[in-house]
Amino acid sequence: MSDVLQYTVQGLAAGSFYALAALGLAIIFGVLGVVNFAHGAFYMLGAVTAAVLLDTTEIGLWWALLVVPLLLFGFGVVVERLLVQWLLRLDPLYNFLLTFGLTLLLVDLVKRKYGVSGLPYERPEVLDGRFELLGVGLPKYQLFVLIFSIAVCLVVWLVMTRTRIGMIVRASTERPELARALGINVGRWVTPVFGFGVALAGLAGVLAAPFRAITADMGNDFIIILFAVVVIGGLGSIVGAVVGGFLVGLVEAFGQAYAPTYAQILIFVLMAAVVLVRPAGLFGREETA
Amino acid sequence: MLEVEKLSSWYGEAQALHGVTLQVREGEVVTLVGRNGAGKTTLLRSLMGLHKQTEGRIELRGRDVSRLPAHRRARAGMGWVQDDRGIYATLTVEENLVLPPRVSDRAWSLDAVYDVFPVLADRRRAPGTTLSGGEQQMLAIARVLRTGASLLLLDEPSEGLAPVVVARIGQIIGQVKESGVGVLLIEQNVRFAATVADRHYLLAQGRIVDALDNDQFVARQQDLLEHLGI
Ligand SMILES: Nc1ncnc2c1ncn2[C@@H]1O[C@H](COP(=O)(O)OP(=O)(O)OP(=O)(O)O)[C@@H](O)[C@H]1O
Ligand SMILES: [Mg+2]
Repeated sequence: MSDVLQYTVQGLAAGSFYALAALGLAIIFGVLGVVNFAHGAFYMLGAVTAAVLLDTTEIGLWWALLVVPLLLFGFGVVVERLLVQWLLRLDPLYNFLLTFGLTLLLVDLVKRKYGVSGLPYERPEVLDGRFELLGVGLPKYQLFVLIFSIAVCLVVWLVMTRTRIGMIVRASTERPELARALGINVGRWVTPVFGFGVALAGLAGVLAAPFRAITADMGNDFIIILFAVVVIGGLGSIVGAVVGGFLVGLVEAFGQAYAPTYAQILIFVLMAAVVLVRPAGLFGREETA
Repeated sequence: MLEVEKLSSWYGEAQALHGVTLQVREGEVVTLVGRNGAGKTTLLRSLMGLHKQTEGRIELRGRDVSRLPAHRRARAGMGWVQDDRGIYATLTVEENLVLPPRVSDRAWSLDAVYDVFPVLADRRRAPGTTLSGGEQQMLAIARVLRTGASLLLLDEPSEGLAPVVVARIGQIIGQVKESGVGVLLIEQNVRFAATVADRHYLLAQGRIVDALDNDQFVARQQDLLEHLGI
C-alpha cells in the first residue's frame, strides 16, 4: 500500500513534466498545424538555463520558474519569426526537417558550451526531505512539482475556456479557415502561441532540473515519450495532453518499479492499445484530425 | 453593393470559374443556381478570399476587396455561411455567436438574436454541434447577422432540412433583406429559390449562362428543373 502511494506520486511528478510540455505541443499544433519536434530541445534549454542562472547569478528555483519561461518565450518568438513561420506555407515534410534540424543544432551548441557531463542543480532547502502522508514519507520535491504543474494546467485551462483569447485559439484550432472568414486575424496569434508553447516546455525543464540529470541530451528521450503522450491524449487536444502526460508518468513509474526492463515498452504498448481502440487518441476529434 | 467582374478560379491546372461577372444590390436577394460541381461553392469561397488561385475584381460597397485577406473581407462586411454550416464543436452556442467581431452598426445584439432564435437562448451553454441540423443552420445565420455584415453569402442553407425549417429560413432572409442587407444565396431547391429571391444567375461549368428576374425564373421553372437534373 505504501509502495503504491509512493509510485503514484513519483509517476504523477514525472507525468507533470510530460503534461506541461505536451500542453505546449498541443497548443502549437492546434494553432500553427506544426508538430514541433524541437520541443524536447526547448525542455532541455529550460533546465540548462535554470542551471546556468543558478551557477552564474545565484537565481534559484523560485525565480527561475518565472524567469526561464519568459526567456524561452522570447526565444520561441525569435525562432517563430526567423524559421517556423516559413513552414506554414510548406509541405508538412519540412516541418519535420526544420524542427528536427533545430534540435540537433541546439543540442550540439549546448554540448560545445557545457560539455556532456551533467550540470549540478540544488533545490531550495524547504523542498528537501520527505513529507509524511498516511504514514508514508513522500519526497517533498515530487509533491511540489505535482501541485505546481496541476496549478499551471488549471490556469491554462481557465484561459482556454473562459477568455476571448482561449476562444480564438480553440476556433482556429478546429477550423482555421472559418475563423479567418469570420473576421479573426489568426496570423496575429501565431507568434505568441508558439512562444507560449515553448515557454511551457521550458517550464517543464526548470521543474525537472533538480530531479533529472541536466545534459544536452536530456530532451532526446523526453521528446520520444512526449509523442507517445500526444498520440495517447489526441494530437491538438488540450485536455488529452494533460491526461496523457499524467497517465504516461504513472505507467512509467509503476513499470520501473515492477518490471524495470519493460518500463519504456509499456508506454508504447499503451499507445498502441489506445490507437487501436481510438485512432484519434483519448480526447482527439476525428473530423478535424 | 457587390460587383464581381471577370472572376476566374483554378484548382491547380483545372479552371473552375471562367470570368464570372455578377452584381448584388442593397436589400436584394440573388440566387446562384447550378448543377453539382458547377462551381457555386468555389465562387463563394473566392469572394470570401479563401481560394488562393483567383483572378478578377471584387468590389464591396465601392471598395476593391480583391486583394484583402479573408479576415479583412469579413470586416469589410462579408458574412459567409459555409455549406456544412461551420459550427464549432469546441465552442458553446453562445461562443459561436460572439466569436466573430462586430463590423458595423447594423450588428445585432445577443438579446436580439435570442429574441428571434429562442432555441439558441435555451441551448446557449451547450457545445455548438449538439444542436440539430436546422438549429445549427439558424446558429450559422445568426452568427453572421450578429456581426452586422452587409452582404450574406449563404451556401445551400436549405440543404437537408425539413420544410418547416426551410420556410423559417425563408422568413429570416426576407427580414434581412428588409434591413438593406444584400444576400447571395446558393440554392438547388428551385421552388424555395423562387419564393425568396429577386433575381437568379444560372451557373454551368464555371460560367454564368443566364441571368433571370424572378418572373422569368418562375416561368421557366420546369425547364430549369430538368437542366439542373434534380
Ligand atoms: N479541392 C478541390 N480540388 C480540386 N478540384 C475541386 C476541389 N473542390 C472542388 N473542385 C472542383 O471544382 C468544381 C466546382 O466545385 P464546387 O464545389 O464549387 O461546385 P458546387 O457548384 O458547389 O457543387 P455542389 O452543388 O456539389 O456543392 C468541380 O468540378 C469540383 O470537382
Ligand atoms: Mg457546393
